[in-house]
Amino acid sequence: MEFKDYYQTMGVARDATQDQIKRAYRKLARKYHPDVSKEPDAEARFKEVGEAYEVLKDPEKRAAYDQFGANWKAGQDFHPPPDWDAGFEFSGGGYTDAGGQDHSAFFEELFGRRYAGATGQGRRRTLRMRGEDHHAKVLIDLEDSYQGATRTITLRMPELTDDGHLTTRIPKGIRPGQQIRLAGQGGPGIGGGEPGDLYLEVEFRDHPLYSVDGADIQLHLPVAPWEAALGATVKVPTPSGTVDLKIPADSNQGRKLRLRGRGLPGKSPGDLYVLLQITLPPADSDAAKQLYEKMRDQLGFDPRAHLGVS
Amino acid sequence: MATSAMQVVLTGEVLDEDSEITLLQLCHSCSVTAETVEALVEHGILEPAGRRGRHWCFAAPSIRRVLVAQRLQRDLGVNLAGAALALDLLERIARLEAALGQGGSGQAGHQPQPSEP
Repeated sequence: MEFKDYYQTMGVARDATQDQIKRAYRKLARKYHPDVSKEPDAEARFKEVGEAYEVLKDPEKRAAYDQFGANWKAGQDFHPPPDWDAGFEFSGGGYTDAGGQDHSAFFEELFGRRYAGATGQGRRRTLRMRGEDHHAKVLIDLEDSYQGATRTITLRMPELTDDGHLTTRIPKGIRPGQQIRLAGQGGPGIGGGEPGDLYLEVEFRDHPLYSVDGADIQLHLPVAPWEAALGATVKVPTPSGTVDLKIPADSNQGRKLRLRGRGLPGKSPGDLYVLLQITLPPADSDAAKQLYEKMRDQLGFDPRAHLGVS
Repeated sequence: MATSAMQVVLTGEVLDEDSEITLLQLCHSCSVTAETVEALVEHGILEPAGRRGRHWCFAAPSIRRVLVAQRLQRDLGVNLAGAALALDLLERIARLEAALGQGGSGQAGHQPQPSEP
């Protein structure tokens, strides 16, 4: 079992006051909250921070934890000595606050077991009730929406299938934020009630070329200055295949060209927006330098005329 | 080899922006009470359609808004007004990021070569 350095996780000193710990927790919770955060490992970090706070916010648990001292480093193989917790009473802090199943083996070993049995047991229900609806996210690629796909989802609720997996169809034209409702795939019913539904919220993985906004998608297209100035027909990748795009003469940086109906498919298909990005050839040869000098001398072009500083 | 359990391909119902769900469905789906939904409406987090009460209908994305609002309140200790503000700002950020595209990187140098006309 890996030792967890909760002080390191929270970024506080071992002698931090309870107030300092609370402040550190609030800051980190905002930073890593999965609904708010853009950090790539937000969910994992949020859980770690929650677990650390669970221990450090409770003076009894903290004192018990503290006896392992500063000699332990995060990640070291750790086994608590027998009776390490004699004389402590972990009564105050609610173990179930954060949902115990999210905690590490380290936490479970130290603080988990005796509490696990105490929750949710012994309530006898005779009513007949529909099962809970469950929610999960499904990450798909942009291409899946263009073609339709099937995805296997791993669930944390093993009662559903033998192995905790289920496979669902991803319908063509699905957009980020939409939900797929799988009837009867949620929690089991109580007292013979029907099971709840499973809601899958669709998210798109970041795509190296395209960004998605509703049903529309956008592509940044690099063009040479002469293509933008003189006009050109260039090959452009789209998720449904390469197309020839006519760039109008006198196009400027950032010009948006619309390819109607080339966005996500559906009853009202989206559009593909191509954003021109004028890319300069480097002046890394005599020939290139001469061409730039020629433009400078002959075009009489002042890009800052409107700033009134010429 | 896949087990037989994995061979079953489920087909779900897509809930898009135009799909409507009832107050009851929303409550059940998010495990919240009608009073909670009412409070979310009061704070402009949800926009119901139809007559107040059991006839209220909500657009399907409301499910996500309820869940996020619940999590923000539980995990960060914000009140409903704070959750409403966070949700609005998150949506604005999402729109801005979509408009920026590709994580806003200035170098898009890996594009396919344009062919010669």
